[in-house]
Amino acid sequence: MIWDLHCHLSGVDGRTPAERMARLIEIADRMGIERLVVFMGYPFLTDPTADQLRSQNDQVLQALEHWHDRAFGFAYVSPNHVETSLAEIDRCVANGPMVGIKLWVARRCADEAIDAIIRRAAELKAVIFQHTWFKTIGNLPGESTPDDLVALIARHPDVPIICGHTGGEWEQGIRAIRHLPNVSIDTGGSDPTAGFVEMALRELGPERILYGSDAGGRSFSSQLAKVTGADIPEPARRLILGQNLRRMMLPILREKGIRA
Amino acid sequence: MIDTNVWLSRWPFRRLPLDETPRLIESLRQRGVTQAWAGSFDMLLHRDISSVNARLAEECRHSEGFLIPFGAINPALPGWKEDLRRCAEQHGMRGLRLTPNYHRYELSDPRFIELLDYAAEQRLIVQMALRMEDDRTQHPLVAVPDVNPAPLLKLVADRPALRVMIVNGLRTLSGEPLAKLALTGRVWFEISMQEGAAGLESLQKLVPLERIAFGTYAPFFVPESALLKLKESELAEGQRAAIESSNALALWNDR
Repeated sequence: MIWDLHCHLSGVDGRTPAERMARLIEIADRMGIERLVVFMGYPFLTDPTADQLRSQNDQVLQALEHWHDRAFGFAYVSPNHVETSLAEIDRCVANGPMVGIKLWVARRCADEAIDAIIRRAAELKAVIFQHTWFKTIGNLPGESTPDDLVALIARHPDVPIICGHTGGEWEQGIRAIRHLPNVSIDTGGSDPTAGFVEMALRELGPERILYGSDAGGRSFSSQLAKVTGADIPEPARRLILGQNLRRMMLPILREKGIRA
Repeated sequence: MIDTNVWLSRWPFRRLPLDETPRLIESLRQRGVTQAWAGSFDMLLHRDISSVNARLAEECRHSEGFLIPFGAINPALPGWKEDLRRCAEQHGMRGLRLTPNYHRYELSDPRFIELLDYAAEQRLIVQMALRMEDDRTQHPLVAVPDVNPAPLLKLVADRPALRVMIVNGLRTLSGEPLAKLALTGRVWFEISMQEGAAGLESLQKLVPLERIAFGTYAPFFVPESALLKLKESELAEGQRAAIESSNALALWNDR
């Protein structure tokens, strides 16, 4: 069972969200991926306006329309637009089909402006995905590092949160969050450098590692290979490829009556 | 399968699961690789390139023909022409591997141009790495920008006998610059850094099939990455065979 935590409509051919989603599923099928989590529309917007957040979520809702048996959606929200983000969580998650939220690079997650968004998502048992990178060449002004995530977690010690990209530079990313049992890592969106999943397993255990690809910008291949090519026990591989994500999503899926 | 992008010895910044040559060979063989074109990570920072190449040649000699050595040349070092001579005459190498960014020269550098002239004259394949690592993840003490490949187009166009393979290049090169270089017909590209969903389908919109070769960038990259790319894109049997081995074989024999 392979569930992909991290997919986008950007970087995939198609004139409409529906066409892009169909293409994404077609390629995922070749790789044996059963379920995809999709978030953000196109083009990528690093600091979207309130209207743009709504519009990007509309694209994802359109993409999901015919694929509820194969795909889940996370609502794109931003601490630069808290009221809109809370309304989008209500529209897309509480009253819509989405099951999580995506926080990208508009404002660092250490900033307390994000707290209302985290609290509302947690109330709904929505999955929370926070992008993080430790970039040698310097982060974007609003781009969180795993250290920012640690600061966020200090204020929300019981909320499960996903450390997107494991900070990109995963040797530091894993070290930054390893003491926080409520933080899981997303393996997607970086080069398929050898040793990543082996180190993650050693430091975090098998249940805090989630396979994600960051397709269509990334290939499913390079990202799956990090897990399928890792020198790890088979039960751990199965957890990472899908069982962990399913377990993490089950509370909200049950609330919504979604069987998976 | 011919893996055109393999590296021996140690990555300078961490141990890699397959950085012992016997394990690397075993792993690649298990995955269907029958020959691997190998350079040495030691070339990145070592100055005694002569001994780097001697060790590379020795390790390849013990691999029963599995590893084919591609010798390191650093034209920014004194005495680089002697390394070139040893690669060709002493070690019998038929290909070179260059890392211009770690060796800190531009492709407009006269020493590099002289090196290309020699390679063309001797019919040596020149493999050039445009990057070794994503610049966002490099160690801050060794932040090395990608090679600017722009001068290469004219250099190749002016040297009909030259054969170049770009390794680790498909995150750096894209769009029109990539298509133009491919159109020269004398530049090959290996797939280890090709990204995007169904990436090999996208690549073929810019690069003729005959110029695309299989490469894993093992042991730095997980070898499965390149293998799975052959599955992720829709490829006819002939296309797959071309990428897996026959294009590299054609390059090897076209000298």
